[in-house]
Amino acid sequence: MDLLSTLRIALRALARNKMRSTLTMLGIIIGVGAVIAMVGIGQGADQTVQRQIANLGSNMLFVSSGSMNRGGLNLGWGATKTLVRADVAAIVRECHAVAAAAPGTQTSAQVVYENDNWGTRITGTTPEYFEIRTWPFQSGAGFTEDDVTNAANVAAIGETVRKNLFSTTEAVGKTIRIGNLPFKVVGVLVAKGQSPAMNEDQDDTIIVPLTTLQKKITGQPWLRFIMVSAKSRSGSYAAQQQIQALLRDRHRIRQEQPDDFTVRNLADLADLASEASKVMTGLLASIAGVSLLVGGIGIMNIMLVSVTERTREIGVRMAIGATEGDVQRQFLIEAVVMSLIGGALGIAVGVGASLLIASTAGWPILVSASAIAGAAVVAMAIGIFFGYYPAQKAARLDPIEALRYE
Amino acid sequence: MSAQPTNSLQAAEPAEEVKREEVVIQVQELHKTYDLGETQVHALRGVTLEIRRGEFVAIMGASGSGKSTFMNILGCLDKPSSGRYLLEGTDVSSLEKKQLAGIRNRKIGFVFQGFNLLARTTALENTELPTLYSRVDKIERRRRAVEALKMVGLGDRTGHFPSQLSGGQQQRVAIARALVNRPSILLADEPTGNLDSRTSVEVMEIFQSLNDKGLTIILVTHEHDISQFAKRSIVFRDGKIKRDEIIPNPARAAEVLKTMPSVEE
Repeated sequence: MDLLSTLRIALRALARNKMRSTLTMLGIIIGVGAVIAMVGIGQGADQTVQRQIANLGSNMLFVSSGSMNRGGLNLGWGATKTLVRADVAAIVRECHAVAAAAPGTQTSAQVVYENDNWGTRITGTTPEYFEIRTWPFQSGAGFTEDDVTNAANVAAIGETVRKNLFSTTEAVGKTIRIGNLPFKVVGVLVAKGQSPAMNEDQDDTIIVPLTTLQKKITGQPWLRFIMVSAKSRSGSYAAQQQIQALLRDRHRIRQEQPDDFTVRNLADLADLASEASKVMTGLLASIAGVSLLVGGIGIMNIMLVSVTERTREIGVRMAIGATEGDVQRQFLIEAVVMSLIGGALGIAVGVGASLLIASTAGWPILVSASAIAGAAVVAMAIGIFFGYYPAQKAARLDPIEALRYE
Repeated sequence: MSAQPTNSLQAAEPAEEVKREEVVIQVQELHKTYDLGETQVHALRGVTLEIRRGEFVAIMGASGSGKSTFMNILGCLDKPSSGRYLLEGTDVSSLEKKQLAGIRNRKIGFVFQGFNLLARTTALENTELPTLYSRVDKIERRRRAVEALKMVGLGDRTGHFPSQLSGGQQQRVAIARALVNRPSILLADEPTGNLDSRTSVEVMEIFQSLNDKGLTIILVTHEHDISQFAKRSIVFRDGKIKRDEIIPNPARAAEVLKTMPSVEE
């Protein structure tokens, strides 16, 4: 018998018991719907975290002056004074996997504009910093290489600082005071929000030329950190190793001695976060998958009932020339059609539920095409798996017995 | 135990006479034993017979006589324990299940006591059913089904569901279904068992008219009246053929119907 006729027969058989078919499909509908929604939530969460990490900068590595451990006392970042500007030039020159690098040092200070004042982080760096962090300006622009050379009193401010000092007033061109020094605001950075890696408000900052900060505010010639961007995401691991080797060499660290600096790779962080959300997605999906299994058992149960009910029909079909294969195919396709329709409705329910959760709970939910395709394949596999035994049972019926069945 | 029917009674044109000589069913020393654990049941104990094209055979016998088993073997639903069964020269007893399904599909038409039509399926679709299992294209399928329904006088009821048809009409749909693949033999197992006497005769009228056109019909019945419409009667007892004889002047169903009181429909 051709597939089209078999399909028609299957659809008609299902239509004959609408209530029963619908209830049976419900198991698959709920299962597929739950899996899609759960995977959607998991993938949405993953994407958000990845976006936040990417937001820190493109393929970024963070070299900080070392955490020093002296007699059990960990002095944390910036305890060593060996990281210098020459290291930055060397990294750009010698590490092939590196695209750009920017030196940096930091301090905290009180900033004043007219009657308002605000305590914030002051970062001293070079113009590359804005590129590496892929941080554009909402107004104005960054300072230039000349400003760094001349140790000019210019500042780029973050959104949080702008809000607190200027509120509705235009900030670019105004002069603020950092400590006792006047600085001209040259640009306002776009808001980046909370940093997932360092857990701080990235917009609560003022960025000034490195030399200005070193010479006029802190008086310290060494760096707290170097920000590096690798040429590609996959290259960030190579960059990490190259920087490590280069700096050990430059700082003349002997084999057995620990680094006096730390290189952190944001790709690592992204991978870690991704791993965590994968585990969570898997967990959610497998819980939802249990309902799919139950749905499959429901299909098997109903198919067994159906085979028993239609024993005479099977007998007639065999008597007029249906082979065992014909009968088996008929019942198998019936089970698959049921699970596929359930799967299709389940996809609709899952997508609908995802949209509902996204709009009410405000969670970012990502329903991917692969999740939908996967659900369709799983639904079909369930139909085949749980339909096989009943179909086999139908095919094995003895036509004489089947015809006599009351 | 076998008897050779003469064909002299089947008066027809000489041209068709030759065709009717052809043996359709040839059964030799057929045995069937059912193994029920400790006991063995001998349903058939050596049946030998021949049925030629164009015959109309009534098979009779009490229950347990082996006639049902014999019919199941003739219909390729069951295999004999020993002996040979040649259907149109093919040794059917050696075929695989799948091949037997093909034989049932193309060479045998079944009519059952309980009609066995598919519910909520139109007369036309019920009739088409056997063609779904053979390689017949859609247009040809429909054409044959309509033709078969016309043959049984239901050309105007193609769209009706079994529930909208009387018992006699349902049985006629079942006959149309049996005919749709143009089988070599028509096997009817108590086809009038569920019908009133007038409808029974109407069904026999159809069988006779099909037989007149050359179709070989084998009819199992326990009703003596019904068997009298056939041309040959075979009586089974204890798994063997007890009697095999030509019915000298088969009753004509069309004539009998005229003498019966008509029932208001």
